[in-house]
Amino acid sequence: MLREAVETVTAAVTAALTAAGNASSLHTAGRRARRVVEESREQLAAALGARPSEVVFCGSGTESDNLAVKGIWWARRAADPRRTRILASAVEHHAVLDAVEWLATHEGATVEWLPVDRDGRLHPDVLREAVERDPSDVALVTVMWANNEVGTVQPVRRLAEIAHEHGIPFHSDAVQAVGQLPVDVATSGVDALTLTGHKFGGPLGVGALVLGRDIACVPLLHGGGQERDVRSGTLDTPAVAGLAVAATLAVERQPELHARLSGLRDDLVRRVLTAVPDAVLNGPAGGVDRLPGNAHFSFPGCEGDSLLLLLDARGVEVSTGSACSSGVARPSHVLLAMGAAEDDARSSLRFSLGHTSTTAEVDALLEVLPGVVERARSVPARR
Amino acid sequence: MRLLAALSGGVDSAVAAALAVEAGHDVTGVHLALSTSPATLRSGSRGCCSKEDARDASRVADVLGIPYYVWDFAEQFRADVVDDFVAEYAAGRTPNPCLRCNERIKFTAVLDRALALGFDAVVTGHHARLEHGVLSRSADAGKDQSYVLAVLTPQQLAGTVLPLGHLTKARVRELAAERGLGVADKPDSHDVCFIADGDTAGFLRSHLGSQPGPVVDALTGAVVGAHDGAYGYTVGQRRGLALSVPAADGRPRYVLSVEPVSRTVTVGPGEALDVHEVRCTRPLLHAPLPASCAVQLRAHGAVHDCVVRQDGDGWRLSLATPARGVAPGQAAVLYDGDRVLASATSA
Repeated sequence: MLREAVETVTAAVTAALTAAGNASSLHTAGRRARRVVEESREQLAAALGARPSEVVFCGSGTESDNLAVKGIWWARRAADPRRTRILASAVEHHAVLDAVEWLATHEGATVEWLPVDRDGRLHPDVLREAVERDPSDVALVTVMWANNEVGTVQPVRRLAEIAHEHGIPFHSDAVQAVGQLPVDVATSGVDALTLTGHKFGGPLGVGALVLGRDIACVPLLHGGGQERDVRSGTLDTPAVAGLAVAATLAVERQPELHARLSGLRDDLVRRVLTAVPDAVLNGPAGGVDRLPGNAHFSFPGCEGDSLLLLLDARGVEVSTGSACSSGVARPSHVLLAMGAAEDDARSSLRFSLGHTSTTAEVDALLEVLPGVVERARSVPARR
Repeated sequence: MRLLAALSGGVDSAVAAALAVEAGHDVTGVHLALSTSPATLRSGSRGCCSKEDARDASRVADVLGIPYYVWDFAEQFRADVVDDFVAEYAAGRTPNPCLRCNERIKFTAVLDRALALGFDAVVTGHHARLEHGVLSRSADAGKDQSYVLAVLTPQQLAGTVLPLGHLTKARVRELAAERGLGVADKPDSHDVCFIADGDTAGFLRSHLGSQPGPVVDALTGAVVGAHDGAYGYTVGQRRGLALSVPAADGRPRYVLSVEPVSRTVTVGPGEALDVHEVRCTRPLLHAPLPASCAVQLRAHGAVHDCVVRQDGDGWRLSLATPARGVAPGQAAVLYDGDRVLASATSA
């Protein structure tokens, strides 16, 4: 992120650190901390077109996704035991994917992974068909705002409308979207929205769930009843302050960032496809259907982790799929859901551009890429 | 040189990588993910495939300041090492999975990949000396691993760097501690890494199922017991025979042979295990054979003086002192003093 923005966020975190107190305490220091939290709540809500009372601060995007998926599912089933079905896109992040699978394994949820098209997009008709087969047994619908691997933007507003026609709550993981795309909770119609600080220049280890006031949600954490009883635990006041300031800055600058990054990205895509003619762009061609800083390719005959190692050694940092704890590159479930063969999924690389990316960096990539691809092709394939 | 250091998460590979860095090489670390469902924590001294081991390996790379990646060889390991291990036992032979992993994974799949990516060689923490292409025993006789490296071809050895050959294990641990490597006092790994609980017979039973058959006494030809699967027995084994009929001569019985087709396990007295001659297949020559040399028939096993004769495609080894309990499938490694001359597989 830009230097000036880093300084603003740092100043907010530092100020909150020096005003340290427990926001749950009743004395003066507690009130001071609580004021920081509540101002941050108002600030974040304003940035996202939500109401302050809808903001639930928590520890990460993963926690926010788990709270939404499990909490809403439990509440919906408690209200009507027939509601056990979860409708989710097949390209969700693991924080949603694994939470849903956990409900299926341990709580008796039935799951429908909704298929996407070749670009990774979930068509509203697919959701409509799944809902209308039996609207009475659907607990919730969860579809991410934009995909973390291939950048596909989902038609969230139309999907949420379909769920609402049948009174079904709609959750969206917007971790990738905030700061990159216009995200307005009120007009989008989503009932629960997940975001995390570090994706838009805020601190690590803090996230939020924007949860509609009339959406029942059973807590994951029990205790002091903070965050309207949905998320107990003493808040990290400095992190919350940093999150709110960073979100405000990111949303302010989003249109300009979008224009600059999508231009740079389109240039990168065009030049990669020229330099490596058989490379395949995964995901939508560009425009408003794709995250502006995302480019994702398959390089036939190469393995993604060979390309990663070779590019890393030449100063170009890229990713294969999404980062995972063990560091093992597995064929991406996102690409497989988009209809890619396993080999193509293994041969893919994601290029992410951000605030600091420049044309000179794209030049540097293109200088080494053809040689790197050629060398990677000589690496014997694994089974 | 550009070197690829295979980091298992143990102390040996950590120090090997450290010495390579200190020798001025350009070193990159990789951890091999060999299990399709890695355990979170290692159980006791077993295994080298847990997430804890992967973390230890990445911490070594952090401390050394070298790039670090995880390479997924789980599918290849399953096919080439685990399935091979089960198939060998099913065929009545006694495989050495560490040797097979060196032969097929570390010094074939990993080395080929490293060379293709532009590395000059692979560095490992094996305890053996490798100088100018000549493989010989480690300075630490108790830890020597030249036996499980003798199957490597000269081309494979040319792409291998073994920095620990002149060091004892105790010295390796000291070097690790001096460098602030957290694995300095990590326990050695033992046994078969993919059998987490150490129960080889149980592992084989879960893969091969129940295959009951008779236990026959070699001296009398009488059926003296029953078993649930001949694969659970290996030549030379004495424990766990559970004979229902006591031996006629009252002496202990040992497994003499395992015949998988008829599922017959033959037992007999200890001296019937003594062999003076071993027939070998798959010979691999590292150096011209002198008139007489020495052979080792199992990891950390005894060494026997021997004379080697050509026998068709293979060799016939005449031993000066008898070897007890040589199972088909074991590696026979020929030495001249400490130097590895050749390897072959007992038929």
